[in-house]
Amino acid sequence: MSLDVAAIREQFPILKREIDGNPLVYLDNAATTQKPQCVIDALVNYYTTCNSNVHRGAHRLADEATRHFEAARDIVKDFINAPKREEVIWTSGTTEGINIVANGLGQLLSPGDEVIATGMDHHANLVTWQQACKASGATLKTVPVLDSGELDQDAYDALLNERTKFVAFPHVSNALGTVNPIKEMTAKAKQFDAWVLVDGAQGAAHGRVDVQDIGCDFYAFSGHKVYGPMGVGALWGKESVLANWPVWRTGGEMISTVTLQDATWNVLPYRFEAGTPNVGDAIAMGEAIRWFSALDQDAVAAHEKALLDHATKLAEEFEGLTIIGQAKEKIGVLSFVLDHGHPADIGFLLDRQGIAVRTGDHCAQPLMARFNVPGTARASFSVYNTLEEVDALFVALKKVRTMLA
Amino acid sequence: MSLPSIEEIVDDLLFFDDWEDKYKYIIDLGKSLPVFDEAWRTPERLVKGCQSSVWIQPGSEQDSAKGEVLTFAVDSDAIIVRGLLGLVLAALNHKTPEEILAFDVTGYFESLDLERHLSPTRGNGLRSIVGRIQNIAKSAA
Repeated sequence: MSLDVAAIREQFPILKREIDGNPLVYLDNAATTQKPQCVIDALVNYYTTCNSNVHRGAHRLADEATRHFEAARDIVKDFINAPKREEVIWTSGTTEGINIVANGLGQLLSPGDEVIATGMDHHANLVTWQQACKASGATLKTVPVLDSGELDQDAYDALLNERTKFVAFPHVSNALGTVNPIKEMTAKAKQFDAWVLVDGAQGAAHGRVDVQDIGCDFYAFSGHKVYGPMGVGALWGKESVLANWPVWRTGGEMISTVTLQDATWNVLPYRFEAGTPNVGDAIAMGEAIRWFSALDQDAVAAHEKALLDHATKLAEEFEGLTIIGQAKEKIGVLSFVLDHGHPADIGFLLDRQGIAVRTGDHCAQPLMARFNVPGTARASFSVYNTLEEVDALFVALKKVRTMLA
Repeated sequence: MSLPSIEEIVDDLLFFDDWEDKYKYIIDLGKSLPVFDEAWRTPERLVKGCQSSVWIQPGSEQDSAKGEVLTFAVDSDAIIVRGLLGLVLAALNHKTPEEILAFDVTGYFESLDLERHLSPTRGNGLRSIVGRIQNIAKSAA
């Protein structure tokens, strides 16, 4: 079954925009995806009909808001195939999810312990572990990236040992599009009983996730990269691990009993959800995942592969262009540089033609240094993009090349 | 080489109806800026934007008519930003501190329909460079 892309596009009002008289070609989906009307409606409906604080009100609105909020948690649980709803923590996004884990890890590690991250991580999945290691005296090791844009699995094997307490890696590289062998990497770490966190910021955007199949302890992702609103995301953690993980922010909702001098903590998931949660956005994120999950996932994967294959073919034929990141398993991202022209120049001149791409270091400065580039231009694709839009990118890029020659 | 005067630049840029011609002019202006000594690309001279970087080396010299004037050598790794820096230098280089402080950079960029490059959201370092030039002028005034 194929995807009716035209019908999908109809549901995204922003795709009708024009930029300087050109139709918008939105190829910055790895930064954030656009939102379908049903998600926008979910947000508006929440504030129009049942806005209220959750879990504590003695009235109808609070009941309704709580019901929708907890139903959204169930949608997230099903999307990632989590065993229990209590394991799904609402966050402000991937970065906060990783910080919750890193904050606890900093308290659990001792000098001599080792943490493994990778040379392809974005800063959210690197700086956090640096800080956890600094706080605890543990040592941070990183898995190098091969010229292909894949993680060096031999080096990873060599880094793992009985001192390894924690391993973190991205499901999909935001800057290169590399899909990492997360199940195999998790299994290797588990031979040494290390905790494993998979950064799903880019992974969750492309299809259902199965945390039980991966075998990891934590999986963090953002709503806004999966057609949902900004400012909301989810952290999944195994109940056996999360239940004893040091608490993050303290305050209301996350407590069980409080005296003037002490407090005890609430049960999962609430022990990690201090304060009033982002109810409206969580409900709309649930709607986004419901919408996305309802699409034929095989057809989504086939369409996204067709977009990337077409873009890669045109890029290989394009004189003066170098693709950064040529992993065998890639999804959603074409990162490149031109012989003449800084990525910022490329981005500006594409924008002037209505083509939205990201340029710069993609919050992954060590990775850019690894490839000896100041940054790249990155076109990233989503379910609503078309082959014609990929063609438009390369027509516009020809003009850029001429202007910068 | 000397940059075109600010009047020439405004005339030239307003003459183009087509965005491509306009930006080709800015790119050519960037190419025509004096070479910035590679050894000057140091952290003290750097204004890092998240998309492109800009370097600035201030100096001063005596002008027979005006007395002491401020001079600036500038560079960027992005050619369009280098061109925009050329526009800034055409207005602010070789001017007295008082002339620099009296000059309305925002109005100048607006008259060229280029004000969005000065926007804080662009992350190209241009806005910070203008601020730095103005601060140097304030200290010297």
